[in-house]
Amino acid sequence: MLEIDALSLSIGRTEILHDVSLSIGEGEIFGLVGESGSGKSMTALALMGLLPLRARTEGAARLDGIDLLRLPERDLCALRGNDISMIFQEPMTALNPVQTIGDQVAETLTIHGKADRAEALAVARDRLDRVGLSHIGLDRFPHELSGGQRQRVCIAAAIALHPRLLIADEPTTALDVTTQAQILDLLKGLVAEENMSLLLITHDLAVVADMADRIAVMQRGVVVETGPTRQVLAEQAHPYTRALFAASAHQPERAGNAAKDAILRVDNVHRHYPGPRQGLSRGDPVRAVDGVTFDLQRGESLGLVGESGCGKSTLTRAILGLDPVTSGTITLNGHSVYPGMARALRADVQVVFQDPYGSFNPRWRVDRIIAEPFHLLDNPPEPRPAVAAALEAVRLSPADMEKYPHEFSGGQRQRIAIARALITRPKLLVLDEAVSALDVSVRAQILDLLADLQGELGLSYLFISHDLTVVRAITDRVLVMQKGQIVEQGATEQVFTAPAHPYTQNLLAAAPTLEVTP
Amino acid sequence: MVRYILTRALSLALSLIVASIVIFAVIEVIPGDPAAFMLGLNANETAIAALRAELELDGSLTERYIAWVSGMLSGDFGTSYTYRVPVSELVLDRIWISLPLTVYALLLSTLIAVPIGVIAATNRGRVGDYAIIGATQLGIAVPNFWFAMLLVLLFAVTLQMFSAGGFPGWDDPGAAIKALTLPAIALALPQASILARVMRSALIDTLGQDYIRTARAKGLTRGQAIRRHALRNALIPVLTIIGLQFSFLLAGAIIIENVFFLPGLGRLIFQGITQRDLIVVESVTMLLVFAVIVVTFLVDVAYALVDPRLRRG
Amino acid sequence: MSRLPVSLWIGATITLIFAALALISLVWTPHDITSLSIADRLQPRSAEFWLGTDQFGRDMVSMLMEGSRTSIAVALVAVGIGMGLGVPLGLAAAATRGSLLNEIIMRGNDLIFAFPSLVIAILITAVYGPSATNAILAIGIFNIPVFARVARGGALPIWTLDYILAARTAGKGRARISAEHVLPNIANLLIVQSTIQFSLGILAEAALSYVGLGAQPPTSSLGRMLSEAQTMIYSHPSLAVLPGLAIVVMVLGLNLMGDGLRDALDPRLRRGRADA
Repeated sequence: MLEIDALSLSIGRTEILHDVSLSIGEGEIFGLVGESGSGKSMTALALMGLLPLRARTEGAARLDGIDLLRLPERDLCALRGNDISMIFQEPMTALNPVQTIGDQVAETLTIHGKADRAEALAVARDRLDRVGLSHIGLDRFPHELSGGQRQRVCIAAAIALHPRLLIADEPTTALDVTTQAQILDLLKGLVAEENMSLLLITHDLAVVADMADRIAVMQRGVVVETGPTRQVLAEQAHPYTRALFAASAHQPERAGNAAKDAILRVDNVHRHYPGPRQGLSRGDPVRAVDGVTFDLQRGESLGLVGESGCGKSTLTRAILGLDPVTSGTITLNGHSVYPGMARALRADVQVVFQDPYGSFNPRWRVDRIIAEPFHLLDNPPEPRPAVAAALEAVRLSPADMEKYPHEFSGGQRQRIAIARALITRPKLLVLDEAVSALDVSVRAQILDLLADLQGELGLSYLFISHDLTVVRAITDRVLVMQKGQIVEQGATEQVFTAPAHPYTQNLLAAAPTLEVTP
Repeated sequence: MVRYILTRALSLALSLIVASIVIFAVIEVIPGDPAAFMLGLNANETAIAALRAELELDGSLTERYIAWVSGMLSGDFGTSYTYRVPVSELVLDRIWISLPLTVYALLLSTLIAVPIGVIAATNRGRVGDYAIIGATQLGIAVPNFWFAMLLVLLFAVTLQMFSAGGFPGWDDPGAAIKALTLPAIALALPQASILARVMRSALIDTLGQDYIRTARAKGLTRGQAIRRHALRNALIPVLTIIGLQFSFLLAGAIIIENVFFLPGLGRLIFQGITQRDLIVVESVTMLLVFAVIVVTFLVDVAYALVDPRLRRG
Repeated sequence: MSRLPVSLWIGATITLIFAALALISLVWTPHDITSLSIADRLQPRSAEFWLGTDQFGRDMVSMLMEGSRTSIAVALVAVGIGMGLGVPLGLAAAATRGSLLNEIIMRGNDLIFAFPSLVIAILITAVYGPSATNAILAIGIFNIPVFARVARGGALPIWTLDYILAARTAGKGRARISAEHVLPNIANLLIVQSTIQFSLGILAEAALSYVGLGAQPPTSSLGRMLSEAQTMIYSHPSLAVLPGLAIVVMVLGLNLMGDGLRDALDPRLRRGRADA
């Protein structure tokens, strides 16, 4: 049905896509996989005719024999939303904030002249019911909906006219695992009942492994391998596919040497926020952290897993001594942790954050960035040799201290963040989604580095993540958090193989897995 | 929505109270004895005592403040010392020039700026856009009262299309509007230049948003996406500027009345200053501040109409 | 910082020329403008009076030089007041988001916005009489909330970034973080805003002295030159055109410089990321 034939694309003098050829059949789910910068999203935008103005294309993309790349804008407008639809990664910003969701779904029909407003709204109601929003009124605004619900609205608008092809560009990347599973299920069901084709674009091999009939693997603008999903994943004919597969399932070598000696004790910690205003009074307080108790042993690697809003960020900030707790105690090495704690104690717990771009003051040089925690020491050592040593410890060059953060890649920045966290020789390192923003191959390298450092320096890790695969790969023990409470804890392998709590079971069932028998 | 308006109204009332205290303090407390100040250095004791009695200056500060505010609330702004008539009469005579002039200029500015900003944004990077950027850059740099003088020179002196100044009164609305047209244009053009630039950058920002891409993916043309989705979102920052411009235009109107010899609030207040008529200055500044605060409140309400995210609660 | 925008070059050149003229006028002007000479009144352009004289026989070039100096001095000090008080307030408001202090600062801001600089000038003048100092105060007070808002608006998104949390785990307090991490990253915004406020200050000074609330004789000011020329506009239009043109060119230069600076300092246009 859709035939991409030797598509090349360049913006200015930069070639983004080179000789991309794909074909998608009627009613087929086609997975397009690649890391950031591989050109997978540009391929989709080329099909939609929504490329940046300066982009030049060669080759052809035929939908039932009509070349989309050569179609005049007027015909493309008639085609978009009608024959080909598309949904995007970020549901929070994909909807017009000042228009009701009913109008936004109905617009697909009215804009193509398929219905007047009343009919279109009736169809919108029907489509919203189909995507599982029967309890949500047409007159609601996007800000009143959750991320998953907004993505459903986008899907409803995209399928309102029963398109032949739906393009989904990382449709679940911004969502929690359980929501992701529901959205993927919904897309699968729609493909079956509408006899529609789906082009599913993702960085996550596990997502396509579960979903797609056929896949193509892209690397730097080139399709390196394509074929039926099972075959591609089983044979892994191309080295890049093999590397990607290995990195996705990477297990770093770790020497488990947790001592029976708690370095961090969290005892019945509560953190409540004032409830939302209701008229002149306030509603019940929000219990962001609701009675959490656990110990973290010296040299141990402890995972903390939960979906967004479960309270793990609030708990993290309390453990770092940045925010106060409502009740309960946190002790580090026997000393109490709270916002006014001694600087020397702070030097014992440091943190690495998720965003490799927001982690550094862009106007500071690397040497100053890494030396910042020396503020905590009464007699800090000479900074330059210490920074050089820290850079070497994270496998960067001491010469890098003269550079600015923007001169580094995402993976290198995460290494700099680790160097900064280690400069005061802390005993406990909090890793807050520290590898979540990285491509799988880079992620595997950082996980190896963390495992090595733990062995060399005898560090304890508190590893906070929504990504179950990563937590399984690097932790000894795991805590599962839901609605401010720890619902399950135990040895990592045990929790993953035999989850006891229904929430953990749900979470594990929802997580896409990459288990293909060769 | 109701809750939102109520909180804004509360903040409006609070602003008015604080503003009145500030004005009262500057005019009646800082000079020491207002009566002595008004009469100047050569005044004799009896005259000052008489004026103190007339102005009821002998109570405590709190009593005087409360008397002043409650007087204003019931329409009594005191009696002008120099004109010997109630200030409310003076103001009523003149506000029907200053206020219509401000509103006229605001309308002109908005009607000119919004379409121009849209044209510039939708032709971004092309000749039309650069021409508009250049013209607005020049427009911002022109002092409105100087522009007014040039307009007089061109339209009243050279072309003889308008009279050079004066005001015929509202008995003949056509003539009144004609007399306010040159001043309104002089006021509006610099503000329109600012507003057009805000409109342009707001629209360019919204055109880069994800929901515009979603709309295009549904099959809307670029024009449809702009009209149906971008414009309303771009209006939110534009509204803020329109609100701020009201106060600039009101101040500008007071100054520009001098160029066109319009007997508005400006003439009243400047005479009040030269004649040290504190009663007039106090009441008229309070009135100006009142107008600005009320317009700010109206803009806040307009926000809620445009942006549903504010209506919550 | 290669390839600076053209607008920056043009704007900076104009601004420098006016600044130089204003500085020179401190020590030298072609003629003395404090002595009025009926014999020389309303002279046309000549070798002695390059741009002619006004109705009091004062040399226009000298008047324009001194008038520009008054404009620049008033606007500059007013920007200084606005920045010096507004930026710390804005930074404090952002650093204490959600607290009472933030609320007080922002409400105070709104309140000052209700007093346009003209109204502030009227109030001050009514009590203390007109002077350049009062014009500076009026414009400066009005600048405070402008800078406070820009500083707060720029600082708020920075406070959500991870490097702020990293600094807090390094034991740094809010004031120190504001100075070390926030201020350098909003400096661009503040520089651009100060060119805007500078040019607005020149316009405001002209308006205030036009209605007699600004600098008093014998100090020359462009606004008062315009008000004195108003009655002569039919017979000698150049007396009214020249000071206005001086204002326009000066403000245009500043605005062009501001636009150019914004483009030159915008990190989105300058920095490339080295993606993995």
